[in-house]
This record gives sequence, C-alpha cells and structure tokens, in this order.
Amino acid sequence: MSGFTRPPLAPARRRLVLFLVILGIVGTIPGAAAATPTSREVILATTTSTQDSGLLDVLIPMFERKTGYIVKTIAVGTGQALALGARGEADVLLCHAPAAEMELVQSGAATNRKLVMHNDFVIVGPAGDPAGICGLKSAAEAFKKIAAAQAVFVSRGDDSGTHKKEKEIWAKAGVKPAGRWYQEAGAGMGQTLNIASEKEGYTLTDRATYLALKKHLGLKILVQGDGALLNIYHVMQVNPEKFDKVNGPGALAFVDFMVAESTQKIIGSFGVKEYGEPLFFADAGKGENELGR
Amino acid sequence: MDLIVEGVVKAFWLLVKVDREVVRITLLTLQVSGLATLIAVVVGVPLGTALALSTFRGRQVAVSLVNTGMGLPPVVVGLWVSIVLWRYGPLGFLRLMYTPAAMVIAQSVIATPIVTGFTMAGMGQLDPGVRLQMLSLGASRWQLLWILLREARLSVLAAVIAGFGGVISEIGASMMVGGNVMGQTRILTTATAMEVSRGHFDMAIALSVILLALAYGITFGLTHLQQRGRHV
Repeated sequence: MSGFTRPPLAPARRRLVLFLVILGIVGTIPGAAAATPTSREVILATTTSTQDSGLLDVLIPMFERKTGYIVKTIAVGTGQALALGARGEADVLLCHAPAAEMELVQSGAATNRKLVMHNDFVIVGPAGDPAGICGLKSAAEAFKKIAAAQAVFVSRGDDSGTHKKEKEIWAKAGVKPAGRWYQEAGAGMGQTLNIASEKEGYTLTDRATYLALKKHLGLKILVQGDGALLNIYHVMQVNPEKFDKVNGPGALAFVDFMVAESTQKIIGSFGVKEYGEPLFFADAGKGENELGR
Repeated sequence: MDLIVEGVVKAFWLLVKVDREVVRITLLTLQVSGLATLIAVVVGVPLGTALALSTFRGRQVAVSLVNTGMGLPPVVVGLWVSIVLWRYGPLGFLRLMYTPAAMVIAQSVIATPIVTGFTMAGMGQLDPGVRLQMLSLGASRWQLLWILLREARLSVLAAVIAGFGGVISEIGASMMVGGNVMGQTRILTTATAMEVSRGHFDMAIALSVILLALAYGITFGLTHLQQRGRHV
C-alpha cells in the first residue's frame, strides 16, 4: 500500500468495465428501437388456449404480412384479457366467455363483437373413474356425482373462460364446490391438466389444449357432447371512442381479418394434420344459438 | 427418462441447426439482463459504497430497506412497473409496455438492491485502518474511494454476479411487463413456461438447457475476472 500516487486500472477491472460496456451497447439496440411509439402496433389480449394450441402462431404472421400491423399477443386468462380491455390497455380481444363479454360490450368498453369459432369443453379424469361419470350425457349430472363421491377435482381457479364455464356448471348442478377434494390450481389450462393428471383428479378442459397435451397425460375424456359444454370464441374491438389511446383502425383490421373467409378456412382445418381432427370449428357469420346442432 | 434424453437431444439440435427464433430469444435474454445488470451496477455500486462509508441519521432504516429489496419478489416488481407503464398509467405516454425496454426497467429494479446490498456488505467489511492510512497519506476523496473499491473488488464482482443471476433467472416481472410476445419480448424463461403449458416438454427442456448454459457461461466469465483479481 506504499508508493501511492494514482492507482493504475487493474486489468481485471478494466476487463469488467469493457464487458459491461459491450453488454450495454448490445442491450440498448432493441430497447431503443422498440420504444418508439407507433400506431402500427396492435395489442391483442387473448386466452391462453388460442396461443397454447398454436393457432395464433399461424394466424398472426399472416395478419402482419397482409396488413403491415405488428401484433403484440398477450396470452392471459380470459378474465385478465377482459380486464385489460375494460381499462383500455389492449386494442382487440379474442375471448371465450360470452356472458362476461356481453357485459363489457354493454358497459361501452368493447364494440364490434363478432363470432369467430367454437370447439367444446370436455370433462376429463383418470381411467379408473372413481365417481363413475363415464358416458354421462349431462355435464351438471357428472359434476353432481363427482361432488357426491368427493373425488378430486382440479379447478383452474383463475377466472379464465374455462373457469367461468366450470362455475356455470357447478351452479347448474346446484353444488357449491368446497372441501379437500376441490382444488384450485390458479394456473393455465396446460398446467391444470398436468396437476389433474398427477393427482388422478377430474377437470374441465377445452378440447384443443387436451388434445395438444394428451400424450403426456393420464387422463381420458369421460363426458362430452352436452350443449352446455360449447366453448365459443368471439373477437371484439376495445372501443376507440371511449379510450383515446386505443389503436382503432388496427383493431378493426384484426376483427375483419378473423372473420374473413380465407382466415376462417385456415381455422377450420387447423390441427387436422397433427391430431386427426380439427381443434376449432369456424363460425363467422353464424348466430350463437345455431352452434352445436 | 425418455423425456430428459429427448429434451437434451432437442437442445443439441436447436443449437447445431441455429434455429433463428431460439437465437433471437437467447440474444434478447442476454441483452435485457445484461443492460439491467449494467444499470444496477451504475446505481448500486455508488449507493452501496455511500451507505457503507457514511454515517447519518436513518442510516439503519436505509440499510434495512436495501436488505429487504434484495429479496424483492419479481411478480411484485412486475405488477408495479405495469401499473406505472400502462397506457393510462403515469408514464403511459412513453409507450413502453410490452417492449424490451419495459423488461429492462423491471429487471433493473430487481437487480439494483442486490448489487447495492452486496457492495454495501463488502465495503463495510474493509478494515477501517485502510481508510485512515490513506487519509493520512494525503489521498483525495476520489483516490480514497477508488482504493477502497479496489480493495473490495471481490465483493463488487460478487454483487455483479448476484445481480445478473437474479435477473436472468426471473420470469414473473418479464412475463407481466413484456407479455412474452413472439419475436419481440420472448426471453428464455418466459418461452420455457409457455412451452410447458403447450405440452412441448422437450422444447422446454431444450430452452432450459440453453438458459443454464448461458447463465453458467456468463457467471464463469465473471468469476474468472473475480478470481484473477485476487492475485493482481
């Protein structure tokens, strides 16, 4: 510590500084580029099933090529997607909770709501089927039996479209689910299916996600085909008249794209190659009560 | 067992074939976490030094705040940064939500207390005698600071390693403020979570192998610097 004048920059320190500077320079490029505000950006808030099934990976690049807009897909539960729409934090919504969507339209936060497609929910469970619901025609009946048997049921518990549908069925069954057998995952569909599979429990799932994950799951489809199990997807704009920061033209373009004939054709054939059956049925232009007949 | 083998094989192929999307995700991960660490160092090292060397009323409160901040849950940071950056939030006019810049901000918030805390601890451990000796030798304030930082370089590098490790492994904040948008804000952790929920476990394992390799590589580099520093 003697002979102290000006300490030379220790080599280790110099290299660290250099390393950090390089990281910094490389790091600023995307940050600065992406920070520029632009009306070419469309924020799409949607449910996890459209992303997890891979459908949006096909549709979004097509939309971007066709229109020049850049889409930011925020895949969350339908509850959160609708909440983002209600606050004007998204431009366009693709959801599957018709009742909650209608509320949003009536509140004036959403507009131009159009039917896009449907598939269905199924009740899945372990092959052993401890509650004996296999082959039942009514979802409510099946839920009653599960509750009576106190068999493990894993709920999404995240206010998603699937969770809303599940609560609807419990209400129809006249059961208030509670107790050790009723477990709320608070997770997405894929994760919830994994939990149900590990715990040998029942759960309600959309068919698309189930098919995509089937090979890793010890779960079978036990109940399907009930009219109450329809899973209906609508697209809608967040109202640009209510929220000045919303990209109205971009959202309108996305709604038009989703119901266009060419897009509908792709939706209707999506998944056939991989799963042997379509994951979604294209419905643009139909009325909601024409479905499932 | 098959799954693990499948995943590792897939990781190998992704790297060999140089999958463009995976390369982009990996580079973005590095850029976001690297820049966040840099910001954390620029703010945290001086702050930690100041807290370690100064005495003022309320110092204990400040020190405890930093120590608590070292364990800030990323989801909490994600939520608060979202509230601020949303279109109709206080800084909404900047239009930063769902951009890499938003992720850098959130990760900087996570890393800064970590870097500050480690620096503070390292500087606090220095022998007070060094300080007195330097002052008696007529060192200026800046010369003194420089010497002390050099003395504490092991701790300062540990601070950098801990800060970087904290942000490159974090998912809660990046998912919330970045949105995991393909080609824009998807990073290794958010992509891994998404692939799991898609049931693509092999892809998820592959991504996690890349993330671990990356974290190890960077940490190895920093550790190398740190340990060399011992003999200078």
